[in-house]
Amino acid sequence: MSRDGSRASGIVLWWDAVRRDRKATAGAGIVLFFVLVALIGPLLVGDPNALVGIPLQPPSAAHWFGTTGQGQDVLAQVLVGTRTSLAIGFGVGLTVVLVGALVGVTAGYLGGKMDGLLSLLFNVFLVIPGLPLAIVIAAYLPSGPLTLGLVLVVTGWAWNARVLRAQTLSQRKRDFVAAAVVAGESRFRIVTREILPTMTSLLVAQVIGSTVYAIGAQVGLEFLGLGDVSAVTWGTNLYWAQNDSALLTGAWWTFLPTGLCVALVGFGLTLLNFGFDEITNPRLQLERAWRAHLFRRGRKPARSTPVVAAPGSGLPAPAVDHE
Amino acid sequence: MRYILRRLGFYLLAAWAAVTLNFFLPRLMPGDPATALFARFRGRLSPEAMDALRQTFGLTDASLIQQYFTYLAHVFRGDLGISVAYFPSPVSQVIGMGLVWTLLLAGTAVLISFVIGTLLGVAAAWWRHGWIDAWLPTTFAFLGAFPYFWLAMVALYVLGFTLGWFPLGHAYGDDLSPGLNATFIADVVRHAALPVATVVLATLGGWLLSMRNTMIAILGSDYVNLARAKGLRPARVVLRYSARNALLPSVTGFGMALGFILGGSLLTEIVFSYPGEGYLLVQAVRNQDYALMQGIFLIITLAVLGANWLVDLVYLWLDPRTRESES
Repeated sequence: MSRDGSRASGIVLWWDAVRRDRKATAGAGIVLFFVLVALIGPLLVGDPNALVGIPLQPPSAAHWFGTTGQGQDVLAQVLVGTRTSLAIGFGVGLTVVLVGALVGVTAGYLGGKMDGLLSLLFNVFLVIPGLPLAIVIAAYLPSGPLTLGLVLVVTGWAWNARVLRAQTLSQRKRDFVAAAVVAGESRFRIVTREILPTMTSLLVAQVIGSTVYAIGAQVGLEFLGLGDVSAVTWGTNLYWAQNDSALLTGAWWTFLPTGLCVALVGFGLTLLNFGFDEITNPRLQLERAWRAHLFRRGRKPARSTPVVAAPGSGLPAPAVDHE
Repeated sequence: MRYILRRLGFYLLAAWAAVTLNFFLPRLMPGDPATALFARFRGRLSPEAMDALRQTFGLTDASLIQQYFTYLAHVFRGDLGISVAYFPSPVSQVIGMGLVWTLLLAGTAVLISFVIGTLLGVAAAWWRHGWIDAWLPTTFAFLGAFPYFWLAMVALYVLGFTLGWFPLGHAYGDDLSPGLNATFIADVVRHAALPVATVVLATLGGWLLSMRNTMIAILGSDYVNLARAKGLRPARVVLRYSARNALLPSVTGFGMALGFILGGSLLTEIVFSYPGEGYLLVQAVRNQDYALMQGIFLIITLAVLGANWLVDLVYLWLDPRTRESES
């Protein structure tokens, strides 16, 4: 396979790795499906707010997912909701990691007083419960997607900052950073060109994790009625289902599809992350190779996970061979 | 001791940050905060009461610093203002009504989920690639992907509405009066079972996975191999040698997760019309009752900070290294 440029080959490598891992493939499949739904779905249905039939009708040929308490088409609402919710989810996921990286890497690289101050800041944000804080902030601001995004970023960035600070601290002591300092590279260049690229897999994992968080938190806040309740998103769908007493009238179709979508996207992203972990974690990689090796020889592997690879072999070093 | 005091200092700082945030949020709002905050009261409050409320929030013509200290003084006295949704009850009294139920619900759910999840994690790591390890992490990761309150809706629909096994909401039956007798307690348990179960189901996976992963790393370490080679009973190797050490990251995560789980359990309360803080929060949002909202935020934050400090004490007991570093 010919690859031009290191960046392109990186993506190809990732894609190959995803394809080889069963969990990652399943996760990527689910996520891709929903991205397609978000892109194409709304084009296939009419206005989700249009009153198209008698309220609270169970699924039928005319309305595949039934109608809501106001007589809107549930399918149209779910499809349009997918677009808005995924857009906010991915947008917030990305922003949260950007803010976290900015603060975490700055703290880890500069050290000293700056580190102490920034660490204190994200530790305080970590310990203050997110949902109540989000509610208080959202209640004061005009409701809309921008407010929602802002609130989710404010309550969600701290965890990423903490992880990235720890990672930066461990990278900072490495020789290649010292070499860059000696070579006279600027601080900014060292951080963006030397340190950040070593954390690519961690950053990708964080974006995925933060997107899961953002979708969940967004649905939760909108369910409370803190979003723009006239917009069509997964959260407002559930808000109206609860408001129209869907449960006590037995209208399961008003909340079942939306909830399944939220869970499937979250699950798909989590699977993708599991898969990435196994791809990028050398220990788990090694364990796989070792188990495959033992199975080929018809032996059962011991209980422990190998720690060190023997040079060049891709198999565990003899020291941890318990056989 | 120094470790504990340092942590205590941190929590006090966090509490101060929360109170300060609470003070500045209404003032960051576009427009005049006093007018916006009290617009809802018009027609319902006498001018004297309005003035009292203004005093509570420090929304006077005094300088910002003075307003801030007035506010701090009121918070310290437990005066959080007057609720609009439950007019004319003071906010502190309204919050007091719900606090017991929230603590009961979230506390029980977190404890059950932590204990069962951690034990399952130990089992999954010990019988590596067995059926527990093969099925449970994925199953619970799937369940954990659902919003808690949505699981609650489904549980309520299937087990409560369709099958009629559980009551459809509230903390106890209308026909009972609260008291420390067997009938009442049994009724409370019956009402709490479903909400607790949904939160447990949604959160179990996290503990399971974290424990499993740490256990796997620890089971491969030299001292565990030595313990095994010495011929110690497997139960001893697993529980005393491995699990105790593997517990440390989970305990650290416990404090972090607490706020998150509490948030989810607040939303679950809404589905079950459970009379805790979550239910009050919805009333506050619907009625734009800012004082109540902010009060709940403050109380929940303080509860989480207190719980975190308790977790630190447990950590101290589990990990002797934190005790030795005092000197």
